[in-house]
Amino acid sequence: MSTTTHPSIPGSIGAAIPRREDRRFITGAGRYVDDIVLPHQAYAVIVRSPHAYAQIRAIATAAALAAPGVLAVFTGHDVAADKVGGIPCGWLVKSKDGSNMVEPPHPMLVKDRVRHVGDQVAVVIAESKAEARAAAQLIEIDYEVLPAVGTLQDATAPGAPAVWAEAPDNVCFDWDLGDKAAVATAMASAYKIIDIEVRQNRVIPNAIEPRAAIGHYDPAGDYYTLYTTSQNPHLIRLLLGAFVLGIPEHRLRVVAPDVGGGFGSKIYHYAEEAIVVWASKKLGRPVKWTAERSESFMSDAHGRDTIMTAQLAVDKDGKFLAFKVHNVANMGAYLSTFAPAIPTYLSATLMAGCYTTPAIYVEVKAVFTHTVPVDAYRGAGRPEAAYLIERIVDKAARELGIDRLAIRRKNFIRPDQFPYKTPVALEYDVGDYEATLALALKAGDYDGYPARRAASQQRGKLRGIGFSTYVEGCGIAPSALVGQLGARAGLYEAATVRVHPTGSVSVFTGTHSHGQGHETTFAQLVSDKLGVPFDHVDIVHGDTDRIPFGMGTYGSRSLSVGGSAIVKAIDKILKKGKTIAAHLLAVSESDLVWSRGEFRVAGTDRRKTIAEVAFAAYVPHNYPIDKIEPGLEESAFYDPLNFTFPAGCHLCEVEVDPDTGVVQVVQMVAADDVGVVLNPMIVDGQLHGGLVQGIGQALYEEAQYDESGQLLTGSYLNYGMPRASDFPFFNVSTHPTACTHNPIGAKGVGEVGAIGCPPAVINAVLDALAPLGVTDISMPATPEKVWRAIASAQAAASTRD
Amino acid sequence: MSRVTLQVNGKQVSVVVEPRTLLVELLRDKLQLTGTHVGCDTSHCGACVVHVGGRSVKSCTMLAVEADGATVTTIEGLAQGGKLHPMQESFHQHHALQCGFCTPGMIMSAIELVETRPHADEHETREWLEGNFCRCTGYHNIVKAILSCRDAMREKSA
Ligand code: FES
Ligand code: FES
Repeated sequence: MSTTTHPSIPGSIGAAIPRREDRRFITGAGRYVDDIVLPHQAYAVIVRSPHAYAQIRAIATAAALAAPGVLAVFTGHDVAADKVGGIPCGWLVKSKDGSNMVEPPHPMLVKDRVRHVGDQVAVVIAESKAEARAAAQLIEIDYEVLPAVGTLQDATAPGAPAVWAEAPDNVCFDWDLGDKAAVATAMASAYKIIDIEVRQNRVIPNAIEPRAAIGHYDPAGDYYTLYTTSQNPHLIRLLLGAFVLGIPEHRLRVVAPDVGGGFGSKIYHYAEEAIVVWASKKLGRPVKWTAERSESFMSDAHGRDTIMTAQLAVDKDGKFLAFKVHNVANMGAYLSTFAPAIPTYLSATLMAGCYTTPAIYVEVKAVFTHTVPVDAYRGAGRPEAAYLIERIVDKAARELGIDRLAIRRKNFIRPDQFPYKTPVALEYDVGDYEATLALALKAGDYDGYPARRAASQQRGKLRGIGFSTYVEGCGIAPSALVGQLGARAGLYEAATVRVHPTGSVSVFTGTHSHGQGHETTFAQLVSDKLGVPFDHVDIVHGDTDRIPFGMGTYGSRSLSVGGSAIVKAIDKILKKGKTIAAHLLAVSESDLVWSRGEFRVAGTDRRKTIAEVAFAAYVPHNYPIDKIEPGLEESAFYDPLNFTFPAGCHLCEVEVDPDTGVVQVVQMVAADDVGVVLNPMIVDGQLHGGLVQGIGQALYEEAQYDESGQLLTGSYLNYGMPRASDFPFFNVSTHPTACTHNPIGAKGVGEVGAIGCPPAVINAVLDALAPLGVTDISMPATPEKVWRAIASAQAAASTRD
Repeated sequence: MSRVTLQVNGKQVSVVVEPRTLLVELLRDKLQLTGTHVGCDTSHCGACVVHVGGRSVKSCTMLAVEADGATVTTIEGLAQGGKLHPMQESFHQHHALQCGFCTPGMIMSAIELVETRPHADEHETREWLEGNFCRCTGYHNIVKAILSCRDAMREKSA
């Protein structure tokens, strides 16, 4: 099914309805955290470490305190004196030997030792931001600079400086998954072993809205409010309230209003959120902090940053026999909220890809460095798995002289093999990998490729085509399962559906929309299930005082988990509604059929609409009061039974200029199975955005630290943000197989673009360069890297001649 | 302190600002026109684009005092009598926004493009957006929306 042609039935599932939230954004009426001005609000500026690793000998704050407009200056000493808790990590991973990961403290403001450039040392609060900024310059900090470890490569070198005394070798945990012995046996007798080492470049999420937070303490009710740029306000309430400041849930409200993109970076609980709430109580005034972009670069959690080595055992026909992976993953200086789960449960578990490899063994060594914490970024662990697998599969094809598509097809899990248990702990419920591959080849006119390649050649360009047939696991997550795996929270979702007396509907969801369009898609879902007009449904999110509970939006979970909670609540509404309708119509419930907003007496035209039922529920004059309560409002929690497994094929064509090394993506095709699609326009948009982040990682983006831990890419001057001119129009389509275990059949679309695309891009670059003898290139494939690869391949060729 | 008098979205306003105040600060903090956003501190992202004297300007890069006497239009001033500007409508119809944070700057930039270069093709449109970052949409639908609006406006003037 192509998503570019679709029926436009308002209010129904599958219709490309333009988003209702657009109106406020296109007229400038959006309300983001930095737009909020509370009466009497003061402004906070954070003083951050310029060093990667240093001992604070002394902090002199007197001059800052005396500066105009300054209300307060707080340091780590004030935090320690108040016995404020540290920023917690939400996931506990155990090493192979059963020991717990090393979990260092993460103070809200550092008192004695800073551990990355950007670490927060003090906060200055003033009447205006300009005054706070000026006063921050007056704080004098005497640092004793210590030798630091700035890169993943250096972290495990013998004699490397230790980030934490409790981890002298910088190892946070050393974990494994799979059957090591079975892999060794298969390797021993294999026809060939394919070796690879790949690097996941470190990237910076760069949501265009910088993070911001306002803390407001109200002494009247001993009540705290935090406005924050968050993807999951309830999770922040839990972490901030229970772990950092010790505020019970009923006295803490967290509001995430309009949020300008997240991509993972706004999942985590950050120190600044705690600082503004804590400082507000101390000052008796609301305190606002807004990141400058240069702060975002050094304080938002970064993504990826792993080095993987792997061996794939194959027989002579290209059948995969065993796969062994060793992954070294950078955690940064502290453990961010989900960090330990990313290389392990969200990456190692996906190492089967969409193939039947019978034996797999994965080791993950997580290490500390003197860098910003690393955590989930769009895809979170699955891009790392997909990239490794799809690179080594291409390499196997090349070394065996087998066609790249043929080797994939030979190893695909076939549709009749589902549900399919992988050797790395997952059970894929459903999929059709051949179908999305075929769709991509057709959409990308694969047959016409040789002609396009020849045309490029005529223009002096090297053309290459690359593929990736990936699978990912999202719809996070079955609570019992992730609990066994170390999660410290459940990962269900909650919803309340309130049918008002006149039949309009408010839906309260624990997921959060920061670009995903839930206000539209969820309304489509409710309109469809409840049979009320689309315009009569309002979706409420982002406020812990209005929404009963929730776990938020990440891991492409909103529709498959959050939407399913809504459906469960609607089921309860309909059950109660049926009792009411049966009473009103004086029939038995079994005589009623439910169809598009009405309970009908089967075989007659007697009926009650949901609006009539709602009215009776709130004006219960004639009502089955012996059986049910008045009112029509239901809540539900939905805990998924399994992950969901979107999959697909991405096809990329590039042109390389051999003189400059510039790579241009000239065609990008994504053919994905994201399950049942509610709004194809929104699904396409999610794919486009994911593709640009995927191509960005493959070609342009990299956060670089030098060996001393200085961030070299600290602004848009030197970080490769993808721009409009870097891309062609994309060719995206979907082929759904319905998820078998949630009531919607949806799998998730938020991350697939960023997961499937990078290996397709790099495989295309390597295909273009293959005639020159280039066999490897690392991300990002910048012009310099490509040019050097060409030059050294040519040099090697000329020495051979 | 300096007094700045300017016309913003058709209204005459006069405010006292510090000399270091940026135009974007005047708009957001003094006039509560928070539709204009700040996404960076290096004049790269374009979230802050407004029109000054009919031309698009990064309002984080201009001092408020430089705008003295000028005519400024922000995203809030585009819709007339509740009727959206064709570019706003086109962004909506083409799903050219997700989180909406880059959107005001994108729309203001795009309007100058179609007004000053009515024949801009896809390539020129993409080049024009050099100074406008979007992290959500992959630019695909933004470029579509601009080209479609360009066609509609060209037809109208033909
Ligand atoms: S705020 Fe980024 S260019 Fe003005
Ligand atoms: S819509 Fe989010 S940055 Fe453009």
